[in-house]
Amino acid sequence: MTAPVGIFKDNKELITNGKRSFMRQTIVEKILSEHCGRKAKSGDIVIANVDFCFGQDGTSGMIIDSFRKMGVESVYSKNLFCMIIDHSAPSPNIGVSAIHDKIREFGREQSVRVFDVGRGVCHQLVPESGYVVCGDLVLGADSHTCTYGALNILSTGVGSTDLAITLASGKNWFKVPDTMKIVVNGKLPKGVFSKDVVLKIIGDVGADGATYRAVEFYGEIIDALSIDSRLTISNMAVEMGAKCGLMKADKKTLDWLKRRSDRTPRPIEADMDARYVDVKEYDFSDLSPQIACPHAVDNVCDVEDVLGTPINEVNIGTCTNGRLEDLEITAKILKGKKVAPGIRVIITPASRQIYLDAIKEGYIEIFIKAGAVVNNPGCGPCVGTHQGVLADGENALSTANRNFKGRMGNPNASIYLASPATAAATALVGKISDPREHKRRL
Amino acid sequence: MSNFAHRLKIQNDINTDYIISGRYKFKIQDEKELAQYIFEDLESGFYKKIKTGDFLVAGENFGCGSSREQAPVALKASGLQAVIAKSFARIFYRNAFNVGLCLVECETNYMDDMDELELDLEKNVIRNISKGVNIEIKPIPEIMRKLLDKGGVIEYFREFGGFKEIV
Repeated sequence: MTAPVGIFKDNKELITNGKRSFMRQTIVEKILSEHCGRKAKSGDIVIANVDFCFGQDGTSGMIIDSFRKMGVESVYSKNLFCMIIDHSAPSPNIGVSAIHDKIREFGREQSVRVFDVGRGVCHQLVPESGYVVCGDLVLGADSHTCTYGALNILSTGVGSTDLAITLASGKNWFKVPDTMKIVVNGKLPKGVFSKDVVLKIIGDVGADGATYRAVEFYGEIIDALSIDSRLTISNMAVEMGAKCGLMKADKKTLDWLKRRSDRTPRPIEADMDARYVDVKEYDFSDLSPQIACPHAVDNVCDVEDVLGTPINEVNIGTCTNGRLEDLEITAKILKGKKVAPGIRVIITPASRQIYLDAIKEGYIEIFIKAGAVVNNPGCGPCVGTHQGVLADGENALSTANRNFKGRMGNPNASIYLASPATAAATALVGKISDPREHKRRL
Repeated sequence: MSNFAHRLKIQNDINTDYIISGRYKFKIQDEKELAQYIFEDLESGFYKKIKTGDFLVAGENFGCGSSREQAPVALKASGLQAVIAKSFARIFYRNAFNVGLCLVECETNYMDDMDELELDLEKNVIRNISKGVNIEIKPIPEIMRKLLDKGGVIEYFREFGGFKEIV
């Protein structure tokens, strides 16, 4: 269903006339109300039951330490929690090996599930394994936990100690955030994808434009996107400071979840006259492929502005763009071709299932024949600990979500962010290239 | 004893990767050792300037990005009394109070590097002794004050067994 524009105008009038209805709620207000047992509105502080929580290998060591310090014998529920070894996996050094060992040991002791090396990125494994459904409240000790907002789930990142509190009690405290509504209308041109949509929005809103807020995404373009593409948008909600990036559940959402989970989804929609602190409307029918330039995610421009920038390494994968659809787009562009001489092209499927599907579809063979490197499923070179650390003065073009100085392991290197299509087009020529040149293949 | 302000060359959007790089947070579990690498990618050796009780002063959106709790842990272990900024990112804000690191929101334009500061959480003011001005701070929310008073959320949880006392 298309979000009707008239209602947003009514909303604005509702706010400006001061006729704010306290009964009408946004998605985040409804989900937190359901989980705390009373009607919650923005600004309230509530104690809520958490449906699922997890940690990854960069945060679980501290989760375990905090849990031990709390003096609690066992986890609140062993089905509530899992740990995923994805950020530096397999281990690149002794320090990381010790952390991995500690995670496995805690998993055995508490009978909680550990996804070990090679299973994939936490933000693919958690929804893919059927742990979470619409209407859930989910915490992850990783900032990109906001990813499952695309599945109508209130999921947000917290630190290790916050996660340990939930691990011990099944609960945590929340401040109910204000909600900002972002409406994306039009029809995306060929060669332009959901990554371009979210980069454009972040460039407009800014790195702190949604701090302390929930975001709800609506519009014709969101409705038309696949679940894989929607996950890319919600994944980057935190890059504008948001607590979560929510979408409503439609048939695609419910079908996707039904194939993966035994649990019953509880789709949550915002009330028609819910209160929004801000409403932004875009028409992206003429959008160009977008690039986030060094060293800030909101330093965004059209691809035309940076065409020809030399690139030493292309990174395709991560929790933002390592899903099957992303690999399909990459394969369409690389098929039968060779990557540019001297460039390193590193491709990392987001999960073992995606890796297997990509093998079945023939994508992996295309990548290898084109001269790319295929990593084991996981976070790949995104976090700068292994599998593609940059040299001084080098430029990378990555499909990840962060381009902070030093992010890929070297503070004297630069990172550009873009869609898998832009990354694949760039891989073929060794400099930033426009994927619309390949639109016959897409 | 006098306590001084420290400012980095960049002021806004200082993310947690900059506070403590992934290169160190993945392999170092000792917080004192971790503290030696704060801001390593921005200004190598920055930690050497900090004496116990000093302040870090920054602009907007301090602590954005990754949820790594090593960021506030390393800042606290470096000896900082508080981080003073115009605004903070959400996850970092929770993490800091959870581990007992004080964050103060206020206008930071009137604090230069190495200004002598005094923080008064009772009167909600920072006295800039070097400049002879008082700067009003945003009162720390009650829930955060309670966590801070106990030394962090774990200590709080151990004492009360939950959050009933907070909400």
